Amino acid sequence: MIEVQGLYKRFGELQVLTDISARFEKGKVNQIIGMSGSGKSVLAKCMVGLHKPEEGKVLYEGKSFHDMDRDAMRSIRQEIGMLFQGSALFDSLTVLENVMFPLSMFAKMSRSEMEDRAHVCLERVNIINKDELFPAQISGGMQKRVGIARAIAMNPKYLFVDEPNSGLDPQTSIVIDELIKEITEEFDTTTIVITHDMNSVMETGENIVFIHKGRNAWSGTRDQLLRSDNQELNDFIFAGSLMRQVRDSLKGKD
Amino acid sequence: MQLLLHIGRYFLLIKDTFSKPERLSLYWKRTVEEMDLLGVKSLGIVALLSVFMGAVITIQTSSNIDAAWIPSYVVGFTARQSTILEFSPTIISLILAGKVGSNIAAEIGSMRVKEQIDALDIMGVNSAGYLILPKIVASMLMNPFLVMISMFLSIFGGWLAGVGTGIVSSVDYIYGIQFDFDPYTVTYALIKTVVFAFIIATVASYQGYYTRGGTREVGISSTRAVVYSNVVILIANYALTQLLLL
Ligand SMILES: Nc1ncnc2c1ncn2[C@@H]1O[C@H](COP(=O)(O)OP(=O)(O)OP(=O)(O)O)[C@@H](O)[C@H]1O
Ligand SMILES: [Mg+2]
Repeated sequence: MIEVQGLYKRFGELQVLTDISARFEKGKVNQIIGMSGSGKSVLAKCMVGLHKPEEGKVLYEGKSFHDMDRDAMRSIRQEIGMLFQGSALFDSLTVLENVMFPLSMFAKMSRSEMEDRAHVCLERVNIINKDELFPAQISGGMQKRVGIARAIAMNPKYLFVDEPNSGLDPQTSIVIDELIKEITEEFDTTTIVITHDMNSVMETGENIVFIHKGRNAWSGTRDQLLRSDNQELNDFIFAGSLMRQVRDSLKGKD
Repeated sequence: MQLLLHIGRYFLLIKDTFSKPERLSLYWKRTVEEMDLLGVKSLGIVALLSVFMGAVITIQTSSNIDAAWIPSYVVGFTARQSTILEFSPTIISLILAGKVGSNIAAEIGSMRVKEQIDALDIMGVNSAGYLILPKIVASMLMNPFLVMISMFLSIFGGWLAGVGTGIVSSVDYIYGIQFDFDPYTVTYALIKTVVFAFIIATVASYQGYYTRGGTREVGISSTRAVVYSNVVILIANYALTQLLLL
């Protein structure tokens, strides 16, 4: 479990996060939702220590991450898998080498074992026969999927995925959502998915945190989500007509 | 104030760079790749430059000393001295700062803006060490070779120009380049080269590693890498010359 307590982050004059508190549970797909620019990615980066918050704590199983010494921090990080919003694959390595990279750094495996493991991960995200291509030679959606394969290569305890299905077609998008759910259940990971795709929220969101203008404006479960009377949240989720129809049909049932 | 901040951060980065590597074998593999990229691939420009440099030194020297009492082997002697003491180690290092330095800063800088360095950090990899150390080691190993090749080619270029234009005979030139030879000058040149290699690799890596923003900033970092490493090389050149030759 990861807990965030009273987190503040600003860049110069720009206050990006204000007093964020949230809980991300083990074995569940936790989602951070919110409008573009609301501070979701910054929150995730604060949680993994890429940004240092001015105030507040991030607790991994009760231990404060930002107060740890370097080695302790590094060993937590080896248990984190992360997909960045822009994939962040290494340009100079092939698809296969990208997925093998964390293994070659930390796993005690022979080369062929590493390759096998990488292939298993690539197959799970449905990337087949692309081993020797470089990131620049595959599509953006494929890069995302290779990024996920790399993130799960080490069987992480904590999985962060920043917008896994932006740039994917609805079908692949569902496959990825399901995959993330499967992995979470199979390995009991604490999974944090950042998204503004309402489809994924309805599909897989179990514990949802809504960020609005850098504040934690709402949190709860999927079922509570549709029945909430929080104005900002409603503006966000019912922006599309599809979701409005879902709401209206729910109302009809009541 | 700003300068002090940069210097402080530069040394902290170097400290991180030299902290314990995760997997030595992987670092070594990266070092070999960098030796090829930063060293072997610079051979062409170094060779071209050196031959012409030697040729020009020879012609200029001979055109400046037309007094009859100065023996013509002095042309060879001067070509050798200026090549070994200054032209090869310093000019070649400045050129490499331009070629290699901008390459290093652009590569690391674009990894920074595309979040690839963040990705390394997240995995628990020491990103500074993994990216920068192989470049430092590769430069410090390769640049002395490049400079030795440069010395040889520059003196050879002098011979070509001298004999080709007839301003000095082959025998006199060869006598000149052997005259009063002090091997310490080569040691001095190589020490300088190694220090300059360290400067190029670290200053350029620093610029790349702390790039913030997007592709435009990568370009700025890459230009800065060249300018700053040139300035630092010139200062170090002065300091080392005083230290080693006086
Ligand atoms: N490194 C940074 N330096 C300065 N400002 C930043 C930095 N990173 C993010 N910001 C600012 O913080 C705010 C929140 O950005 P963030 O990337 O967290 O948004 P987001 O919620 O992830 O949006 P999106 O859904 O579009 O990805 C933005 O106004 C952005 O300009
Ligand atoms: Mg984002």
